Amino acid sequence: MRYVFRTNYRQDLAVWRHRGDVFWYGLLLLLTLAIPMLMGEFYVGELGGVFIFAIAGVGLMLLVGYTGLISLGHAAFLGIGAYTNSVLLSKGVPFLITLPIAGLFTALCGAAIGRPTLRMSGLYLAIATLAFGSIVGTIFQKWTSVTGGFDGFAVPTPYVFGIPLDNATGIYYTSLVVLIFVVWLSANMLRTPVGRAMVAIRDSEISAQSMGIHLARYKTLAFAISAGMTGLAGALFAHYVRYLAPDAFDVLLSVQFVTIVFVGGLGSIRGAILGALFVRLLPQFIAIIRDDLPFGIGRMPGLEPSLFGLILVLVILFQPGGIDGLWLKAKHWFQAYPLKRASGGRRQKSYARSERLR
Amino acid sequence: MEDAARLLQLVVNGAAAGCIYGLIALGFVLIYKATEMVNFAQGDIMMLGGFLAFSLIAHWGLNYWVGALLAIVITAAFGYALDAVVLRRVIGQPQFAVVMLTLGLGFIFRAGAGITWGYDSVGFATPFTNKTVNLGGLVLGQDNVSIIVGTVILCGVLFTFFSKTRVGVAMQAASQNQLAAYYMGIPVRNIFSLIWAISAGVAAVAGILLSPVSMIDVNMGFLGIKAFAAAVIGGFGSIPGSLIGGVIVGIVEQLAGYYLPAGFQEVTSNVVLLAMLILRPQGLFAERMGKRV
Repeated sequence: MRYVFRTNYRQDLAVWRHRGDVFWYGLLLLLTLAIPMLMGEFYVGELGGVFIFAIAGVGLMLLVGYTGLISLGHAAFLGIGAYTNSVLLSKGVPFLITLPIAGLFTALCGAAIGRPTLRMSGLYLAIATLAFGSIVGTIFQKWTSVTGGFDGFAVPTPYVFGIPLDNATGIYYTSLVVLIFVVWLSANMLRTPVGRAMVAIRDSEISAQSMGIHLARYKTLAFAISAGMTGLAGALFAHYVRYLAPDAFDVLLSVQFVTIVFVGGLGSIRGAILGALFVRLLPQFIAIIRDDLPFGIGRMPGLEPSLFGLILVLVILFQPGGIDGLWLKAKHWFQAYPLKRASGGRRQKSYARSERLR
Repeated sequence: MEDAARLLQLVVNGAAAGCIYGLIALGFVLIYKATEMVNFAQGDIMMLGGFLAFSLIAHWGLNYWVGALLAIVITAAFGYALDAVVLRRVIGQPQFAVVMLTLGLGFIFRAGAGITWGYDSVGFATPFTNKTVNLGGLVLGQDNVSIIVGTVILCGVLFTFFSKTRVGVAMQAASQNQLAAYYMGIPVRNIFSLIWAISAGVAAVAGILLSPVSMIDVNMGFLGIKAFAAAVIGGFGSIPGSLIGGVIVGIVEQLAGYYLPAGFQEVTSNVVLLAMLILRPQGLFAERMGKRV
C-alpha cells in the first residue's frame, strides 16, 4: 500500500499525486494513441463517439459533480455547439476556428441561461433546464433557414492543416486531443480558487457565501464552462454523425448525459470518462447479444432507454459512488488484502439539507 | 358573436386540458410538500393508471365506474409500494439523486407499459365519449366537461380528507415538521407512503379523465413536463395554486395554438415556466419565507 507523505504545499497542489500516476496515465495515453493501428475502423469510430461523450461528460461533471447543480438540458448545448460549428463551416470558416468558436458561443449561451436560472435551488434548476432544453429542441426544428429543420443539415468535411477529417481515425484523434485538453483544463481548474469555490458551493451554499464566495458569479461561471465543453463536444459530434437532425438533441440525450455522470461516479473526472465508456458501449453490447437473449427480449422496442433507467436506479440505490467508486473499493481491497474491513467502503450516512425555507 | 363563442370554446378546452395538468401538478405538490422529493415519474404513473383502466374496462368488460375505481385503487397501491420499496431508501441523499431516480423509474414504467400493453394508442368507451352538452348555444364536449367536473369533485374530496380526517391531519403535521409529528406518535414513514399512494391515485384519475379526449399511449407521461409549469406557477407548495396554475397553462396553450403560428403551442408551457421562474420563482401564491440557518 502506498502512502503519499506530503512534505510541502507544492505537493498538495500537484496534478499527479505520485510517480505511479504519471506512469499509468502515460501508458494509457500511448495505448489510446496506438488504438487506430490495432483495431478495426468500426471500433475506432465507436471509441471516437465515446471520447465525444466523455468531453460532454467532463463538462457536466464540473457542473453536477463539483458544483452540485443539476442540468437536464445539456443536449441543447450539444446541439448549439453542433449547429454553430456546422453553419460556420458551411460559410467557409476553417475548422480550427469554428471549433473554439462553437465552444465559446455555447459557453456564452450557457452563461446567458445560467444567470437568471441560478438563483433557483436544485429542483427548480432541474425543471428550468428541462424546459430550456425542450425550447431549444423546438427552435432547431422550426428555424429551418439555419438548421434545415427535419430535412437535416449535411455537415461539411472539416480540414485540419489541409488534412480532411472524413474518416473514423481523423475524428478519433481530434476528439482525443480535445478530450485531453478538457481534462487538463478541468483538473487544473479544480486546484485553483475557482475550482475550490465550486466545491465549496456544492458542499454548502451558505457556508461558501459566508466565506466570501460570490455565489451567482461562480455558479454562472461553472454553467458557462460546462456548457462550453459540451459545445466543443457538439462540434465534434456534428462531424461524428455527419448529418444533423434536430430531434437528436432531445430530453433523452440530456438524460443520457446525466446518466454518464451518475454511473461514472459523482465528483470524479475519471468517472465521467468511465461513464461515457459505459453509456456508449452498452447499446453496442446489447446489439451484439440481442439475438441470443431468451423470450425475444432483444427484439423488444424501447429496451435501451429502459435499461438505462434501470441502471440509473440501481446505481443510485446501491452504488452511489458509481463505477469510479467501485474501482476505488476494488483498489482498496487489493491494497489492504488480508486486512480489509467490511466497513471500509460503506456509504457514509448523509443528510440532505432541507431546501425548505422554514 | 362568432369570435366570442370561439374564444369561449377555446377557454373551456384549455381549462379541461389545464385540469389534467393541474391534477398531475397536484401529485407533484403533495409529494414535495411532504418529503421534499419531486417525482419526475408522475406523468408515467398517470399513463399506468390510464392503461389499467383500459385493461379493466375494455378487456375485462367491467362497468366504467367500477373499472375506473379499481384502476385508481390499484395505482394508489402501486404508489404506496413504490415509496415503501424504492424511494424510502434515498431519503437523506442529495435532491438530484431523487430527480434522477424518478426519471429512471419513469423510463422503466414506460418500457413496462410498452411490453404489457404494446406501443399503439388505445382507448375505451366512456359515458362521455362523443356526446355534447348545450349550454345556451355554446356546444361543449361532455368529455371536456367531465374533466372539469371530475377535477372539482376530486378537489372537494381531497380538501375534506386533509382537513377533517385523522389521517389527513396527520399528513399535514408530518409535512410541516417530521420530527414533531414523530414525537406525537404519527407513523411518519407510513404516512409518507400513503401520500405517495394518494398522489398516484390522483394521477390515475387524471389518466382516466383524459382518456376520452386523447388516446392512452406509452408516451403520455411527457405531459408531466407541462405539469411542472403548472406546479411552478402555483409556487410548488400550494395545492389550489397548482390547479389554478394548470388551468392557466392549459388556457394559454390553447390560445397560443389558435392565435400564434404553428409550433408555438408546443413551447408555450415551457416559455411560461421559464418566464415564471425568472420573474417570480416563488410562484403566484407562495408566502414569503426567510431561511433560518
